[in-house]
Amino acid sequence: MSTSKEIKFSNEALELVAKMISRYPEGKQKSALLPVLHLAQAEFDGWLSPEVMDYVAELLSIQPIEVYEVASFYSMFNLKPVGKCLLEVCRTSSCWLRGANEIVEHIEKKLGIKEGETTPDGMFTLKTVECLGSCGTAPMMMCGAQFHENLTFQKVDSILDQLKSEGKRKTYLDDVTVNHY
Amino acid sequence: MGKKLLLANDHIPGIQSYQVYRQHGGYASVEKALKTMKPEEVLEEVKKSGLRGRGGAGFPTGMKWSFLAKPEGVPRYLVCNADESEPGTFKDRYLMSRIPHILVEGMITSSYALGAHTSYIYIRGEYYYVAQILEKAISEAYANGWLGKNIQGSGYDLDLYVQVGGGAYICGEETALLESLEGKRGNPRIKPPFPAIAGLYGCPTVVNNVETISAVVPIVNGGGDAYAAIGVGKSTGTKLISASGHINKPGVYEIEMGITVEDFIYSDEYCGGIINGKKLKAVVAGGSSVPVLPADLIITTAAGEKRLMTYESLADGGFATGTMLGSGGFIVMDEDTSIVENLHTFARFYHHESCGQCSPCREGTGWMEKIIHKILDGHGTLEDVDLLWEIQKKIEGNTICPLGDAAAWPVASAIRHFRAEFEEYVKNSSQIKKIRHYDLINH
Amino acid sequence: MAKVTIDGRTIEVADGTTILQAARMIGPDVAPPTMCYYSKLKTSGGYCRTCLVEVSKGSEKDPRPMPKLVASCRTTVMDGMEVKNNTSEKVGDARKGVVEFLLLNHPLDCPVCDQAGECHLQDLSYEHGSAKTRTDFERRTFDKIDIGPYVQLHMNRCILCYRCVKTADQVTDGRVHGVINRGDHAEISTYIEKAIDNDFSGNVIDVCPVGALTDKTFRFKSRVWFTKPVNAHRNCEKCSGKVVLWYKGEDVLRVTGRKDQWGEVEEFICNTCRFEKKQTNDWTIEGPRQVSRHSVISANHYEVFKKPRELTINTIKPLESGEGNK
Repeated sequence: MSTSKEIKFSNEALELVAKMISRYPEGKQKSALLPVLHLAQAEFDGWLSPEVMDYVAELLSIQPIEVYEVASFYSMFNLKPVGKCLLEVCRTSSCWLRGANEIVEHIEKKLGIKEGETTPDGMFTLKTVECLGSCGTAPMMMCGAQFHENLTFQKVDSILDQLKSEGKRKTYLDDVTVNHY
Repeated sequence: MGKKLLLANDHIPGIQSYQVYRQHGGYASVEKALKTMKPEEVLEEVKKSGLRGRGGAGFPTGMKWSFLAKPEGVPRYLVCNADESEPGTFKDRYLMSRIPHILVEGMITSSYALGAHTSYIYIRGEYYYVAQILEKAISEAYANGWLGKNIQGSGYDLDLYVQVGGGAYICGEETALLESLEGKRGNPRIKPPFPAIAGLYGCPTVVNNVETISAVVPIVNGGGDAYAAIGVGKSTGTKLISASGHINKPGVYEIEMGITVEDFIYSDEYCGGIINGKKLKAVVAGGSSVPVLPADLIITTAAGEKRLMTYESLADGGFATGTMLGSGGFIVMDEDTSIVENLHTFARFYHHESCGQCSPCREGTGWMEKIIHKILDGHGTLEDVDLLWEIQKKIEGNTICPLGDAAAWPVASAIRHFRAEFEEYVKNSSQIKKIRHYDLINH
Repeated sequence: MAKVTIDGRTIEVADGTTILQAARMIGPDVAPPTMCYYSKLKTSGGYCRTCLVEVSKGSEKDPRPMPKLVASCRTTVMDGMEVKNNTSEKVGDARKGVVEFLLLNHPLDCPVCDQAGECHLQDLSYEHGSAKTRTDFERRTFDKIDIGPYVQLHMNRCILCYRCVKTADQVTDGRVHGVINRGDHAEISTYIEKAIDNDFSGNVIDVCPVGALTDKTFRFKSRVWFTKPVNAHRNCEKCSGKVVLWYKGEDVLRVTGRKDQWGEVEEFICNTCRFEKKQTNDWTIEGPRQVSRHSVISANHYEVFKKPRELTINTIKPLESGEGNK
């Protein structure tokens, strides 16, 4: 993806960054790296380009490699572009016992893509993930910050339809406001 | 009905909010501790309670607190481990999203006992929405004088913050969690030094699980002795059990330690029996890391006694015939379940979650996953089963952190108790339904 | 001071000494092999698990044995501690496992690897590994990358010892490479194309225990055992200027730091000395060099070099106290 638009946080996001940094002792601003990366991913099209990571490094006064090392370690950070709605379907034991594999196959059929792929319209990316801590309401998937639980084929269909009609990018930070910080 | 200490008010509408929580006795432990008790007295009650770490290891909390170094002029930290990621475990998410203030209250009381003035709740990134619930609860607590400077006029100051993770099971290991909280890769540290001496930013730190910290609230309110009166032997108090799999009523249950496993699985108060009236085949009693046990050994011990939901009873017989209470992630499998296929989901999980620092875990977890996959795919040999056994033995005990053990134990127990099933896959490979080959790792 | 006994041989060492350091003081016969520990790099060690030992007695005060094998490079001695290295069956078994893990994804390309002949993984496999491999899965592969004009990164061979990362952190100013990704996908990388370019960056070649980071100016020039190491020095503004020149005939094929008997450089050298001074008249020659037992290089050139006794796990017996210190 080209980085035509300038990489700079909005004023509101910068205010949030300042609040994040203020939670840690002076000189320990690197502690804010994970929250700031989440914010950056939400602000810049759902993924972390090298340019975005360099920007984060600059904000936190750390070396770019420190950001690459961290971003590539954690599975929630996308280092490649993803669709507007990243569907993360859990498939570990409890979800598998309750039919997670069938849910994945159903989504694949419905969207015409395989796990790891994005629909041609850029709307959905399908990803299988490891345990999301929703074992009692299995099978489940996550899109943005929202958990969709006790999935059935019908339920998946209506969720996908709903997401498609909204057409909005879903991020982990959908309900984060500066005030809560 | 068993006694409930953490989820007693779970049914009350609006308990998520400060007002309702306060109306139902919320923040009493803070008032009691800050106004009538010295920090050491709070610690004493926790010791008396016999509370043990609820994250999985079961280490006595009072003892862990008493190890905390207290050098002059150096800050001390309390960090709450809300990185709940052990497959089969979802109790902390339930508790935090239903009654967030009990964790905030527990954090204040515990921080006071430890002399911490800044504390953090490190929550897994996938629980972002839960983090927002906590943020709201914390801002309410600030607004009502339970956090900040001079709490309730006591002269005690405390700041409490939430930090989200980025998606890594390993951050549930306390030193990896601290690394992550410092904005680094979640690589476990080499111990010693232990966090009690050099933890967050090199300062003395206690890391406790969500349920452990929340349990401090009823312990301070009712006294350590009253808490210790519940349960059996060294398994005192109540425990949150996350029940999932082939049961009629999956969910989080607060149990008094000491009920029988049979009662927990079959009574209507808890799991309500196996779905569709099927027979029980196996149980993973304490999260994916603990040994899987076949039906007969989970209901009764090898000696023929009823197994209880306690640390000791579940561990009875060692790994030969027993298991562990662990995190209380209770996964039930019915008679039609393929143990090997379930094991594959675990092996894939540990392969995905290994941090990659030390060689036995980095290389061994992937190797085990590939071999199990090969067996499932119908290309396995009897030698592969033996090799799998040997690999897990070479990992166990030889790694920096317990993830190596956690990856080894499920493999060992599946072979120990269900070897015939592995051999079935090898011998009748032509009849095996080919399983879908998912990518081993996808970032 | 603390008295510690390793494989039946006792030594008194300062408090805070690690088991590994104490073992090295006793001598190579009892010193555990290491792949990631490097005494010149702070916080190194603990990762590879090669140096695991059995602590059969914790200390005089608390004689209980330690429940698990411990990394000797990261465990400090206690007074009265008793340690089993080569005399422990458990250690031999675990070490064999570690070698197998390290080789699981390591290519068997020694015939075309510049490190061959001075590779610690070769030595380790020879001494502690088994002759046969038990895996038939494809090995993971990465593309070769040039990181700067002088160093090539051959990630397939990397065992993730972290030495080069710590070197960049502690010896150079400004680290641009690190470990990215996680688990068995972890790799040494600059992430985006970037040259490692500063005066001391070449030291990552010397600290690399395998052929993952090699000297591009020496690439495919010669097998190391056909070259002759000679101690030399020059006046250098940036470093001590004390190096080893590796000759083939009249030509200096490469320049490295001087390595001690544990394969560690005595001093880090600068890139000018390493890469740009390849003429004999750049240097003051001190004379031919004793070659460490780690090397097959001695086989060709130095009759005087005393071949160490072959040690195998099964046949070794505890040595009499003092033997080997001679």
